[in-house]
Amino acid sequence: MKDFSTLRGMSAGLAQGDFSSVELTQDHIARIQTEDTHLNSFITVSAEAALEQAAAADKLRAGGDTRPTLGLPFAHKDIFCTDGILTTAGSKMLSNFVAPYDATVVGNMAAAGMVSVGKTNMDEFAMGSSNETSYFGSVSNPWDRQRVPGGSSGGSAAAVAAGLVAAATGTDTGGSIRQPASLCGITGLKPTYGRISRYGMIAFASSLDQAGPMTRDAEDAALMLSVMAGFDPKDSTSAQRDDAWLGKMTTDGIAELDQPLTIGLPEEYFQAGEHMLAIEAAKLELEKLGHSLKPVSLPHTQAAVPVYYVLASAEASTNLSRYDGVRFGHRCDNPQSLQDLYERSREEGFGPEVKRRILPGTYTLSVGYFDAYYLKAQKIRRLIAEDFDNAFTDVDLLLTPTAPTPAFKKNQLTDDPVAMYQQDLYTVPTSLAGLPAMSIPCGFSQGLPMGMQLIAPAFREDLPLALAAQFQRHTDWHLRRPGQDL
Amino acid sequence: MSWEAVIGLEIHVQLATQSKIFSGASTAYGAAPNAQACNVDLGMPGVLPVLNERAVELAIRFGLAIDAQINLYSIFDRKNYFYADLPKGYQISQFETPIVGAGQIIVTPQNGTPRSVGITRAHLEEDAGKSVHDLYPGQTAVDLNRTGTPLLEGVSEPDMRTAQEASAYFRQIHTLARYIGICDGNLAEGSMRCDANVSVRPTGQEVFGERTEIKNINSFRFVEQAIEYEIARQIDVLEAGGRIHRETRLYDPDKDETRSMRSKELSNDYRYFPDPDLMPLTISEALVERIRSELPELPDARCARYCEQLGLSASDAAAISSDIDRAEYFDAAVTAGANAKQCANWIMGELSAYLNKQAMPLSASPVTPTLLATLIARIEDGTLSSKTAKTLFDALWEEGASADVDDLIDSLNLAQMSDDGALTQIIDDLIDANPKQFEELRGGKDKMLGFFVGQVMKATQGKANPQQVNEIIRAKL
Repeated sequence: MKDFSTLRGMSAGLAQGDFSSVELTQDHIARIQTEDTHLNSFITVSAEAALEQAAAADKLRAGGDTRPTLGLPFAHKDIFCTDGILTTAGSKMLSNFVAPYDATVVGNMAAAGMVSVGKTNMDEFAMGSSNETSYFGSVSNPWDRQRVPGGSSGGSAAAVAAGLVAAATGTDTGGSIRQPASLCGITGLKPTYGRISRYGMIAFASSLDQAGPMTRDAEDAALMLSVMAGFDPKDSTSAQRDDAWLGKMTTDGIAELDQPLTIGLPEEYFQAGEHMLAIEAAKLELEKLGHSLKPVSLPHTQAAVPVYYVLASAEASTNLSRYDGVRFGHRCDNPQSLQDLYERSREEGFGPEVKRRILPGTYTLSVGYFDAYYLKAQKIRRLIAEDFDNAFTDVDLLLTPTAPTPAFKKNQLTDDPVAMYQQDLYTVPTSLAGLPAMSIPCGFSQGLPMGMQLIAPAFREDLPLALAAQFQRHTDWHLRRPGQDL
Repeated sequence: MSWEAVIGLEIHVQLATQSKIFSGASTAYGAAPNAQACNVDLGMPGVLPVLNERAVELAIRFGLAIDAQINLYSIFDRKNYFYADLPKGYQISQFETPIVGAGQIIVTPQNGTPRSVGITRAHLEEDAGKSVHDLYPGQTAVDLNRTGTPLLEGVSEPDMRTAQEASAYFRQIHTLARYIGICDGNLAEGSMRCDANVSVRPTGQEVFGERTEIKNINSFRFVEQAIEYEIARQIDVLEAGGRIHRETRLYDPDKDETRSMRSKELSNDYRYFPDPDLMPLTISEALVERIRSELPELPDARCARYCEQLGLSASDAAAISSDIDRAEYFDAAVTAGANAKQCANWIMGELSAYLNKQAMPLSASPVTPTLLATLIARIEDGTLSSKTAKTLFDALWEEGASADVDDLIDSLNLAQMSDDGALTQIIDDLIDANPKQFEELRGGKDKMLGFFVGQVMKATQGKANPQQVNEIIRAKL
């Protein structure tokens, strides 16, 4: 039987000549075309370009190219600019925008011979935790189509969970990879800030945005990370690193842990409740694997969500100034003046959640409020980062829940933005600290998948990947599929 | 009542880099509209700025030239406002932590006394694009070629008191910027522009009056005229019992007046904050020292050296030192052995005239410093008269750098006649031919000496040494 469920599986099949990349890609496109009508996880399916890339990969393979990534289909979140293909960021504002260039991540994937089959749905400009703010309609969670897939990388998460693609790129500003990964029962990694180039990734909050992989399991996440990552001279915030383990992951997979880890449990992250039963079971499993668990404290956790919303909104308010109807994107009909052009183009082009971020962001940067909000938030951001530094003097990794709840019903939180923002409770502190964090499936609550989050020191993605790979060798949560008996 | 003006200038210096401050697009002037605006300049979704290190080096160079503190840690901020020629909706600039701290220069207005003008700071920023309002009726065209051009904005202290001082300051910054090679100094192409902050107050009053800002002046003359006009306007308003409002004004050189452009609300809010796309700019001491070692000798130091060591007059020294090309030419000629005073005369006289006539830059002069030095040496050793020297200069101009001065003197037969016998013969013939005039000279009519010298020069085609001719004739008396 053809194993299309993981990149590694497809890579083996391609290497053995079980199928060609063109066949694989045709199969993917056909499945997306039939099954995605229920999910709406794709905004654009780029069949023609994908088949061209696949044919090129097959030709390279015939010429002796044995790279494990060659010819593997996957999908991009529609936040990465793709030369000649629609890039919308889930917004009406960019509903007609065809980028004139490739994002660095897009170029890196193409250079590895991987085949992008299309662009996945997302919350508008990555602002949302349910994928309900997309101009292109909400996305259904494959586990329960009445429920949301999480956000903002909801399309990527749903597409991977439903098996439409084995892997997709995502971006994470305050949890946008990890929370949907948790809600859809897949593996998602937000790398260290600076690990992956932001060039060509449409900006939400520049100091927080970070791309990462969304996959079935840790091994595929490692493969994707090794392709996506790398210093980029076009991104001044990209890190110049020389981590030997990263390159080795492409060919050799994840190296086994050579010793048990000390895993910290931040007391601020664990609440009582039935949703937390899955993570309690995962703790026992980790102890069984020989790791020791240790309570730690991250005392400034409480402040993280408000700090995040001040900083992310402030940055977003100016990042989104370029959408003015002058050079690209939505322009209102028949503008009467420059002011009218701005006002109506932006009024019509942005949805309510985006406006809800631009307004307070503009406010907190204004003279007279800057010190009280923006500067104060920056100071607390440093304290939050120091919390993590302190914790990592005692432990190797941190373990927390990824999200406070499993997938919630569509429209359940749309009228209560503050409750929606609480979805980011466990994910924003690591974003503020710029640390790598990963969500992997660890059980179910009320028939819906739950994820646990592994947080590591900066540039130590190898640790959560290795622990996750070990955990996944001993559990099968990541193998569960929607529609099957649990 | 008598009034005193208080003036400060903000000068935007366009840094002479090949590419833009945050992108790889060319900064060359004159391309077709929007031909030099890349994705970064256009503010495309997803693009990011990357700082041009050359712009940083040029900013440091300026800082060192005005004896300012170089801030080893500085921050780029976003200055947020909406305008059609500002693609990102913000300009990347430096707000609280500029790269160059406080410095100063000495300014000497024409016929005025030198004054030290403080420069509060200088910061790096990107230029905006250009809005063209008169190309299509009822519409505005936007050209983004200029977008992202690196600017260094130097802000002066309100240290100037007259329009002449302000214009001298602008000139001085212009000279300095060209001198240290950070700007091409082309005012017509907008390579340097300034905004003038002007206020007036009753003489003797400590507190400044309310000021207005005259935007975007791009000539020395206009700076002076605009400020003159504005000072007079403000005094008129105040003397009529009115008050000055904080506002931005534009100078119209055709009508020689300033007009209100927009009133500047006191709380003009650009929502500055550190640009999260750029890391703080950190500069090493080693870089600063390397740039310091590469700085040319600055105009003031050069001028002093020309006066004190080479004996030039103050005005010659100032004229030679004020232009880097001229100063380097002069130094090269002096190093090649030229008499400094003569050299200055030739550069300011003959050489300038020839260059002007052909609109040629000094760097392209066919008469090299070495050739000029040899020419001057031949005047000094008596081979050339001032007249034959000019003929030689003309020949050198035609021949160019490969010319040999002495060969040319020979082939053009320009050497002065210093052969006593031949000259005496010519003079004897002239006395024979003009006995009446000779008698008059003998009788004490000294004017006749000039007649005979003139005749000798004519007979020798100017090659006779006039001094020698004089001596021979006097001996005949």
